[in-house]
Amino acid sequence: MIEIRLHGRGGQGAVTSAELLALAAIQEGKYAQAFPSFGPERRGAPVVAFCRIDDEPIRLRTNIYNPDLVMVLDPSILRLVDVAGGLKKDGILVTNTKYSGKQIRDELGIQQAIGTVNATLIAQEEMGIPITNTTMLGSLIKAGRILDPESLMEPLKKRFGRIAEKNIRAFKRAYEETEVIPKE
Amino acid sequence: MPKKNIEEPTWRELPVGCVISEPGNACRYKTGDWRSMRPVVDKEKCIRCGVCYLFCPDMAIYKNDEGLFVADLYYCKGCGICARECFTGCISMIPEEE
Amino acid sequence: MSINRKGIEVSIGAADAVAMADVDVIAAYPITPQTHIVEHLSEIVARGDLDAEFIPVESEHSAMSVCCGASAVGARTFTCTSSQGLALMNEIVFIAPCMRLPIVMILANRSLSGPLSIWNDHSDVMSIRDCGWIQVFTENGQDVFDHVFFAFRVAENPQVSLPVIVNMDGFILTHMIEAIEYWEPEMVRRYLPEFKPVNRLHPDKPVTMGAFGMPNIFTEAKKAQNEALLSSKVEILRAWKEMGDITGRYYKPVESYQADDAETVFLTMGSLSETVSIAVDRLRAQGKAVGQIKLRLWRPFPFEEFRLAVKNVKKIIVLDRALSFGGPGGPVASEIRAALYGEQNMPVVANFVAGLAGRDVTVNDYIAMYEKAEPFAKGKVRQDDYIIYGVRE
Repeated sequence: MIEIRLHGRGGQGAVTSAELLALAAIQEGKYAQAFPSFGPERRGAPVVAFCRIDDEPIRLRTNIYNPDLVMVLDPSILRLVDVAGGLKKDGILVTNTKYSGKQIRDELGIQQAIGTVNATLIAQEEMGIPITNTTMLGSLIKAGRILDPESLMEPLKKRFGRIAEKNIRAFKRAYEETEVIPKE
Repeated sequence: MPKKNIEEPTWRELPVGCVISEPGNACRYKTGDWRSMRPVVDKEKCIRCGVCYLFCPDMAIYKNDEGLFVADLYYCKGCGICARECFTGCISMIPEEE
Repeated sequence: MSINRKGIEVSIGAADAVAMADVDVIAAYPITPQTHIVEHLSEIVARGDLDAEFIPVESEHSAMSVCCGASAVGARTFTCTSSQGLALMNEIVFIAPCMRLPIVMILANRSLSGPLSIWNDHSDVMSIRDCGWIQVFTENGQDVFDHVFFAFRVAENPQVSLPVIVNMDGFILTHMIEAIEYWEPEMVRRYLPEFKPVNRLHPDKPVTMGAFGMPNIFTEAKKAQNEALLSSKVEILRAWKEMGDITGRYYKPVESYQADDAETVFLTMGSLSETVSIAVDRLRAQGKAVGQIKLRLWRPFPFEEFRLAVKNVKKIIVLDRALSFGGPGGPVASEIRAALYGEQNMPVVANFVAGLAGRDVTVNDYIAMYEKAEPFAKGKVRQDDYIIYGVRE
């Protein structure tokens, strides 16, 4: 089972990202769960969403404490929340940042593998808005190699309709531009 | 065999959901025995205007063969509204025991 | 793999099932503490995809009142609520079963305030334990979806004619996106016949519903209501059997996992059951004779099936998601102990109150409960012994 924790701010689409991942996995014939950290919805507040993917039916219905993957949608959260808390030793932290993985490691002392991409820039250039959820999915899929990127196309099209093309472009570009440094 | 008391059905005899399937059976309910005073009409004074009929909250007043408005004592609860509303004062409330 | 397998939020799936059941009237209070279920249903009705009346009432009290009226005229009727909404609805909830109105309600279980809370536990449903509705619990999205059809089928069965509550855990299920296998419309048609009410308000054949029950008739009315609920079990079992024949998923009043040779069993209800089954696997791997019993049917209480399921068990760890203040602990354990009273070789019942208002209960927590319960021995545990698990002292 792969467990993923997504960090964002209320309104940035962390829950949507988790949902799209789960839908893509289910479409591949796998089992998946996606759920928010339960509570009142507050725009701008740091929020967490979760996703589980497995080949077997999933019986676990708790929060995720030891994720295999962590995805950070908003660079300002890196210094606000313990985003790497509980991340497995062989896990990967994938974050939106303009800095390199090495710089993130040096600053935050994260020893696990780190994937980086300037998602805000990509989203701004491809879609004209700094909403990074679909962009970061490209980065997560690249770094984590959890799903076939093609599996995301259908859920993205369904979810975004006429603006799906832009989202897919941002997704693909992030997939290409993501760099990963191995664990220490 | 003693006659079955329809007022006391067993739980099996109750209709599903306790519905009352006979419409209008409330007319069998005698409210007349709630009465301690009964309305009596003075035929001489009555002008047959029917205001008592209009005001009676129980619709217990009807027009008899003589064209006079009188109370059906099976239903009349003796509230006295008819006596109070009557223009001519032809209705008086008489204690039941008289 | 079924082509009808969809990744979907369970609430949306539940709403789709209600629409597929072709309801006539949906009455619900549309804001907090409401779920996406009625929100999605209102969209389906507004789009014209479902020929139904969606009545957005001004309170849950009115929601249930509208449901009673709609059901009384013979409309297939649905509502949905949670926590404080159920509390406000309470007065009318008790009236529906006595009038034998086959309303279906999904109760998204959430804690009753205060302190003010919106999270998941079972304090809401336990507050209406004695309301007279048929009550079932669900574990996952598929359960919820299947039980929408089950609920209408059982409720409207003329042999039953009682309202049904389908309990689903708030958030843990209502806000979860997972895979649900949708039924084909043809399956729904086969499983769910047209609603033909036992009694109906209609000008052609007037009846009085909800009349006075004088003291000389009230006892008989309550006995009749109780008998109706008890005897609904036959039809409940039949409805589950026939659903299994259609879907391949056979549900039972009491379900078990690894319980055949178990000395200790966890007893659970609702979505936490799945997590507990993982704890059972881990304890089994350590060589412990542990299993699990799951209560799916809460009312009518399945005494027979339950006693059979725990016949050879030495200890039952009952997980309660609510607290009976000043009483014997958790309401479920209290009933379990009552159900076992007088049985030969009565098992020890260890009662843990856990997972209140959404506090996460992990696999390790269940293993810790098992270990805590290990010294519990016969004659040393009383009716009013219980542990509020994880409380900070």
